[in-house]
Amino acid sequence: MIGQLIFAICFFGALFFFAKNARQIYNNIKLGRDVDRSDRPAERWKTMILVAFGQKKMFKRVTPAILHLFVYLGFVIINIEMLEIIIDGLFRTHRIFSFLGSFYNFLIGSFEWLALGVLLSCLVFLIRRNVIKINRLKSKELNNWPKTDANIILVTEILLMSAFLLMNATDLKLQLYGFEHFKSVGSFPVSHYLLPYLPTSTATLYSIERCCWWFHILGVLAFLNYLPYSKHLHIILAFPNTYFSSLDAKGKLSNMATVTNEVKAMLDPAFTPPNSDATARFGAKDVQDLTWKNLLDAYTCTECGRCTSSCPANITGKLLSPRKIMMDTRDRVTEVGNNIKVNGTFVTDGKSLIDTYISREELWACTSCNACVEQCPVNINPLDIIIELRRFAVMEESQAPTSINNMFGNIENNGAPWKYAQMDRANWTQQQ
Amino acid sequence: MALRGSMLKWIVQIGRNNNSLMMENELKVPTVAELLARGETPDILFWVGCAGSFDERAQKITRDICRILQHVGINYAILGTEESCTGDPAKRSGNEFLFQMQAMMNIEVLNGYEIKKIVTACPHCFNTLKNEYPALGGNYEVIHHTQLIQNLIDEGKLKPADNNVFKGKKITYHDPCYLGRANEVYEAPRKVLESLDAQLVELKRCKSNGLCCGAGGGQMFKEPEPGKKDINIERIEEVISVQPQVVAAACPFCMTMLKDGVKIKDKESEIEVLDIAEITARANKL
Repeated sequence: MIGQLIFAICFFGALFFFAKNARQIYNNIKLGRDVDRSDRPAERWKTMILVAFGQKKMFKRVTPAILHLFVYLGFVIINIEMLEIIIDGLFRTHRIFSFLGSFYNFLIGSFEWLALGVLLSCLVFLIRRNVIKINRLKSKELNNWPKTDANIILVTEILLMSAFLLMNATDLKLQLYGFEHFKSVGSFPVSHYLLPYLPTSTATLYSIERCCWWFHILGVLAFLNYLPYSKHLHIILAFPNTYFSSLDAKGKLSNMATVTNEVKAMLDPAFTPPNSDATARFGAKDVQDLTWKNLLDAYTCTECGRCTSSCPANITGKLLSPRKIMMDTRDRVTEVGNNIKVNGTFVTDGKSLIDTYISREELWACTSCNACVEQCPVNINPLDIIIELRRFAVMEESQAPTSINNMFGNIENNGAPWKYAQMDRANWTQQQ
Repeated sequence: MALRGSMLKWIVQIGRNNNSLMMENELKVPTVAELLARGETPDILFWVGCAGSFDERAQKITRDICRILQHVGINYAILGTEESCTGDPAKRSGNEFLFQMQAMMNIEVLNGYEIKKIVTACPHCFNTLKNEYPALGGNYEVIHHTQLIQNLIDEGKLKPADNNVFKGKKITYHDPCYLGRANEVYEAPRKVLESLDAQLVELKRCKSNGLCCGAGGGQMFKEPEPGKKDINIERIEEVISVQPQVVAAACPFCMTMLKDGVKIKDKESEIEVLDIAEITARANKL
């Protein structure tokens, strides 16, 4: 009885705290400007099914894709087992779904294989990060917390899977001993290899089984509450993020409607612009000037670094790293969100996304080649943020590199980015 | 007498040949305004672009595109001095005002001439006209010159000579970002190269994984940020590693970057950088 109570408190408490943190993240994302992504639902579902469910873009790099697929499938499918654990915990039953008979055996059997797959994949991931030190996993933006975060996630998953397998092994041994309510159910293709290493005392076996059971469920609940503080949030946000991702050609940048009104008014004095938000900035100085989709992108980023490792600027040693753009945006929006939470409304803190977090040198190194956008397995768009920050630098501050300003001047005066006279534009037709 | 007669015949023949040679190869580039003055309209507008108009190297590509259009008898025209920058470098450098000013002025000209179809020489113009002009009132069917050439080959209007200069040569292709990733045109330029009976070899980073030449997003007009090497050097090293005789480009900016890279690496005698249009013109002996 007391066990049930503790379980219920832990379970509902964990859900409560998770909902609270999720709400905070939702509010933070809503700090962004509005952008309509409700059109073409059929195409959006298709994108989500292919890219998030189907892991399509992961397969640009086969080795990590296969390892990740094990962990992904393991995570999604073993969570069916969580349902049984929760019911058992709340109603003091044991393996409530075992009435399913041979189908139950099939389920438990496949969970075991998946658990082994997750365990081994996470081990390889740990080795890739800490021993082989894959290039994209050792960049300096990952120093300190991000590296620790990644290792915490991997170690937790290994521990959870080990507890799951050990729980099954002790359960099986107790079943073989015919102990109390341990009926002979389930199929244990992996954990039965552990039998010879287990103690023979049923009392000890029972405590190990219970410890593993509690460790597994408490571990999962703790992990759930760890998500909002971690890059691992992608396991949830990958789905909405791909759903709401742009369906247009990658080359298409948004046309700023506020600018359209001003330009129309300049070209045609008779044009009266519709009422627009006069306080809105051109481009983005801080996270509130970005769209909610940019901020959702930031929370979805799991820092895998495929973007950075394909960025021509980064490859050639420039400061720009698309992954850092996303991490900076997330850190800043979290900071702004906390500021609002504490003060009720945003109180200027003398910081901004541009300069405090992202330097001009990073901004101006981008070639807008879309390699980062193409590579991202969950359709994040770092280029969008870079362009918004450039728009702020150019249109609000007139702070562009001198040569860029010269180029603007040439287009304005000569209709070409170079200093050639418009009248000479067709001179090439005179030569053979 | 007999000698004089045959001499005369010979001279007349040369004259004719020269004349016919002149007639056939002389490039006549009509402007929309000229056509309009004759009461005609072009079926397709050739959007030359700033690089194609002013950059000496790119001008050669521009003329080859015109040669191709003229050869197959397409009723085309250019805007000439009425063309102006699409605004792409301004937009990507953050100057949305300048971009939209350019866009609206261009759209006014294009709509004034009732242009329906546009072929561009530059992937940046292609992307901007195709994707960013519609919302500002400029709705056209926009294709890149590699797509046009591919169509002409498919229709049998262009056929590389059996003993064309590229036959058996090792050719590789560099995907321009604004044609490839930005608009997913990967096949058209490759189909053109396939028609040459050449030995095609892909770069390690190609198609959607292609590496930028380093010129996009306004970089063409500024010095690169500090780093350990220039992007075009990184790219040209990859090109050199597959040891091609020709590296094909489809963008005037890529052309500049690749050409500079080949020069810096002192490979000018081994690797030729040519646009798909130039390759087509040469293979068809235009």
